[in-house]
Amino acid sequence: VRFTLNGRPVEVEAPPMKRLLDVVREECGLTGTKEGCGEGECGACTVLVDGAPVNSCLVPVAQVRGREVVTIEGLAGHPLLERFAREGAAQCGFCIPGMVVAASARAPGEDPRRALAGNLCRCTGYTAILRAVEDAEEGEP
Amino acid sequence: VRSAVSTLDLATPRDLGEALALLAEAPRTPLAGCTDLYVALNAGTLAATRFLDLSALDELRGIALANGRLVIGAMTTHAEIERSPLVAEAFPLLARAAAEIGGPQIRHRGTLGGNLVNGSPAGDLLPPLAVAEATIVLESARGERRVAYRDFFTGYRATVLAADELVRAVEVAPPAGAGWYRKVGTRAAQAITKVALAAIRESGGGCRLAFGSVGPTVTRHPRTEAALAASVAEAQRVLGEEIRPIDDLRSTAEYRLAVARNLMARFAAETGGAA
Repeated sequence: VRFTLNGRPVEVEAPPMKRLLDVVREECGLTGTKEGCGEGECGACTVLVDGAPVNSCLVPVAQVRGREVVTIEGLAGHPLLERFAREGAAQCGFCIPGMVVAASARAPGEDPRRALAGNLCRCTGYTAILRAVEDAEEGEP
Repeated sequence: VRSAVSTLDLATPRDLGEALALLAEAPRTPLAGCTDLYVALNAGTLAATRFLDLSALDELRGIALANGRLVIGAMTTHAEIERSPLVAEAFPLLARAAAEIGGPQIRHRGTLGGNLVNGSPAGDLLPPLAVAEATIVLESARGERRVAYRDFFTGYRATVLAADELVRAVEVAPPAGAGWYRKVGTRAAQAITKVALAAIRESGGGCRLAFGSVGPTVTRHPRTEAALAASVAEAQRVLGEEIRPIDDLRSTAEYRLAVARNLMARFAAETGGAA
């Protein structure tokens, strides 16, 4: 299967029904994408496919043929990372890659709570996470 | 993943003709957004081993208005329905229901056709399609078949879809009147529906009602609709006879009936119905 991963063309040998999550972690060696629930509930495995946030645990790799996939590694240097760090928006941190990827796809003006409705965090209580994303909305440096 | 994915057979047709030819040869489970499929695969409860990927079939995508009817391709996602100016104009009830499904990640994957064919009574697009009396357009190598929504489901998670057929599109004549929708679940996002109501207040004062998650299939409730024209209390009584909610892991029959009655009363109050 050939697709674009974080801006670079990749070709992987994998069964067509293998989950994109497992291909990214095992074949491509990018372990920033986490498996939480494995059933589309928690959003820890969120990646972008053609710019749209999706749960990579629910995507067969065959369905990203020719598409652009962006993982948390592809968002290196994204201003959201600095904001999450500044707000202390992580405790155990397991949900954070998915949170950042989902937040990066937030439409201008969209309620951060709605943009992150598909991402669960069991530690922080969300307050600092929402603050980090709201900062982004206000365009603070 | 509890199921071995390496033994699963996936055909990846490039267009609708190729897909229908493959289905005419041998049955395969069609794959759309896979949001339900991988839950079953991960749990190890999926029996199917041969699949047909619909993701390259552009013939099944898109939203158009033709001869006053809204035509929505089966592979159109909930996110596309939620954001479509055409749907917002012609059938806002459907857009509202789509907007409350799952979270953004699920709405970008889940499709209209998947919601129909999966056939869950908690399918959130089904109450709006039921009240609007949509038409389901099926296609196979044998030709096209048009099925009225009320004839599409034959029982719990069972439809008239033949093994060699795909849902191509859904057609809806924009319903006249004021639409009303409310979904009740454990929380606003990512929750499977305990009870939903899509309703339309027609200009003459009559109404249409379709509840989700209160029976094996999602249908209109004609006796309750007739009763509601006269009295909310009477309609609430009749509703208890007309729907068949069950106890399951998400809720109880008693709670579902109480909530269904309350939703109907709220609809009546908010759209200026009978006292």
